[in-house]
Amino acid sequence: MSTFWSIWISVIVLGTVFGCWWLLWATRKSQTTDKETDRTTGHSFDGIEEYDNPLPKWWFHLFTATCIFALGYLALYPGLGSYDGLLGWTQENQWEEEMQQANAKYSELYAQYGNVPIPELAQNEDARKMGQRLFANNCAVCHGSAARGAIGFPNLTDDAWIWGGEPDRIVETLHQGRQNAMPAKGLMPNMSNSQVEAVVNYVLSFSGRERDAALAEQGSQIFGQACAGCHGQDATGNPTIGAPNLTDEAWLYGSTYEWIKETVTFGRQNQMPAQEGRLSDDQIHVLAAYVYGLSRRGE
Amino acid sequence: MSSQIPVKQIDPATDASSNKKKPETVELYASRKKIYVKSVQGLFQRIRFFSLWALMGMYFLFCWIRIGGEPLILFDLPAREFHLFGTTFFPKDFILLSGMLIIAAFGLFFVTTLFGRVWCGYTCPQTVWTFIFMWVEEKVEGTRNKRMKLDETRNNIEKVVKKSLKHGIWLGIAFATGLTFVGYFYPVRELAIDLFTLQANGWAYFWVGFFTVATYSNAGWLREQVCLYMCPYARFQSVMYDDDTRVVAYDFNRGEPRGGRKKTASKEELGLGDCIDCGQCVQVCPTGIDIRDGLQYECINCALCIDACDEIMDKMDYPRGLIRYATEHELEGKPSKIFRLRTVGYGIALLLMIGALVFTLVSRVPIELDALRDRGALYQMNGRGMIENSYTLKVQNMTEVPQTFSLSVSGLESAHILTDTQFRLGAGENLSLPTVIEVSPESVTDTNNDIMFTVIAAGNADLRAGTESRFLGPRR
Repeated sequence: MSTFWSIWISVIVLGTVFGCWWLLWATRKSQTTDKETDRTTGHSFDGIEEYDNPLPKWWFHLFTATCIFALGYLALYPGLGSYDGLLGWTQENQWEEEMQQANAKYSELYAQYGNVPIPELAQNEDARKMGQRLFANNCAVCHGSAARGAIGFPNLTDDAWIWGGEPDRIVETLHQGRQNAMPAKGLMPNMSNSQVEAVVNYVLSFSGRERDAALAEQGSQIFGQACAGCHGQDATGNPTIGAPNLTDEAWLYGSTYEWIKETVTFGRQNQMPAQEGRLSDDQIHVLAAYVYGLSRRGE
Repeated sequence: MSSQIPVKQIDPATDASSNKKKPETVELYASRKKIYVKSVQGLFQRIRFFSLWALMGMYFLFCWIRIGGEPLILFDLPAREFHLFGTTFFPKDFILLSGMLIIAAFGLFFVTTLFGRVWCGYTCPQTVWTFIFMWVEEKVEGTRNKRMKLDETRNNIEKVVKKSLKHGIWLGIAFATGLTFVGYFYPVRELAIDLFTLQANGWAYFWVGFFTVATYSNAGWLREQVCLYMCPYARFQSVMYDDDTRVVAYDFNRGEPRGGRKKTASKEELGLGDCIDCGQCVQVCPTGIDIRDGLQYECINCALCIDACDEIMDKMDYPRGLIRYATEHELEGKPSKIFRLRTVGYGIALLLMIGALVFTLVSRVPIELDALRDRGALYQMNGRGMIENSYTLKVQNMTEVPQTFSLSVSGLESAHILTDTQFRLGAGENLSLPTVIEVSPESVTDTNNDIMFTVIAAGNADLRAGTESRFLGPRR
């Protein structure tokens, strides 16, 4: 705030307070008698008139007190332009203070689970409830409240784990986030359109959905060159580099012919944001246990 | 406009005294004149004695009573639960609270139309505590005359002792009041122990202190000022008066012309009315008015002046009721009606409200179910070729016992819940239940289909709640 506006605001605010105060003092004498009479102020509001009698003294004191309170408040808190107030209160400070209080309060709750192994923690009802709430606040926006995922967002309730479903891998994923990039046409940038169709047929053949068996046969060759480097010769994927398994039911980017063709032709970029710094280690631990438990309901 | 208006010089009227002198002014704000209320005994004071003890008893005892481990009344704000007479109310029941407040308001209107400000005179906390404080004052400092003398005397040992004793007792009562009040919002047993062992939280001390100071100043120092200048009810209760409202009234036809006389004197010969102008009615009035001036907005219908006047009438061997509960019509010698548009209207409205509230309470199902579709999500196709929608269900068990619920969905053929359908909830617990529904594509006829979730408590089919939601599907 510039000096001018700061002064402008301060003058108006203080002027108002002192102006009210002056008005109160200037009008505290009147020409009425100090006895109760039947005399009215003379104005008739639809036949209702007002007695012209003295007002209670404590009103006067109360009003004075409000003026003093206002001045005290303006001295302690920011209100006069760019003046910060004696207490140094700011919205950010208050927020940080409350966050610290909350963290102090809740970190104990999370800490009790910090050393419990994740598979064991996934069985713990209370920890699961905490994890569910964390999930709803931090993950559900992409993965859905039931963690079923959507196009481009993995389903966390099935057995397909792009980056691996072991406890420490899940924790790692949460901590660091994940970057996924599938290059367009894999390792064969000059792949022709017909070759793309062939690869798509080959990929669909794992689930018995190929349109053309001959093309699929041909696609197997191209797959070996262009795709197997990441997805593996048997197309079962490689969790260490986040290459999805192409032989299961889970499809991150849609399972139809058109979707897969789109994926092969243009590649895919994907990112899961890192939670480190947003959530504490103990919170991530509890969250990881919840996610771990989602796909292992029956165990 | 051609002719000139003749100029006249007008001198101000010269008055020797007011010349060069400002007009007399006085303070616009007058200090409160202390009202010394003379104590009086009589029928209406006895009635108030009972109402006062009943109300005070309820106020001071109810927060201590527990039934089966549950507090009788506890407004648990942090947990957002109101425990009232064995039922727990939750924020969604606030409509019931507003219903109760509306009923209370209509009750006030109804009674005011019939009997004026009797609420003020007999049951208002301000009146009740003021009367308790006045009783203490009487016991410590003595009668009205003694109190006036005591205030006029210089400070001496006796005065200091009496005044300190009085204020000490006042503060004690005020503290008990404050503690009790906070005890309705925080378990009072713990609160009482924690307060005295300095274990309680700072806010508890603040609020107990706040209500202590408020009680002490309102009932000890401000008294009638609250009724005259602060109370909103006082302002608008006069609106409900009409000529058939029974109010404390002085029978001017019978009383005037007033005047003192010996008991043996014949008032007919003296040409006087029944009022002997003894001033008792003014001395006992807690708001310091003279009821003989007619109906005034300060009057709280407490009937102390009736008791005082009846006592005098008995001594004079005149019939009672020179000041009595009477209507304007009665005083004018006309008949007055109880049944009239106002009372009947208010009465019917009151009955309807009470009926509606009772019906709502009886038919209230203590389960809450809400379904929230995932924000920003449409539908998913899963690996089995089925269409999925995700929801978060919020279920709350508002009963006093744990319940097992089963969840079902209807509205679409072949709709099938993939997530938990059986869950257990403790008393008052609420649960967010992520829920996924899968439907085969043939059944999804529309992009937007109505479905219905239902939860039923195990072993009690009446304990059920349903909520509508949407199931989205692909465009056909």
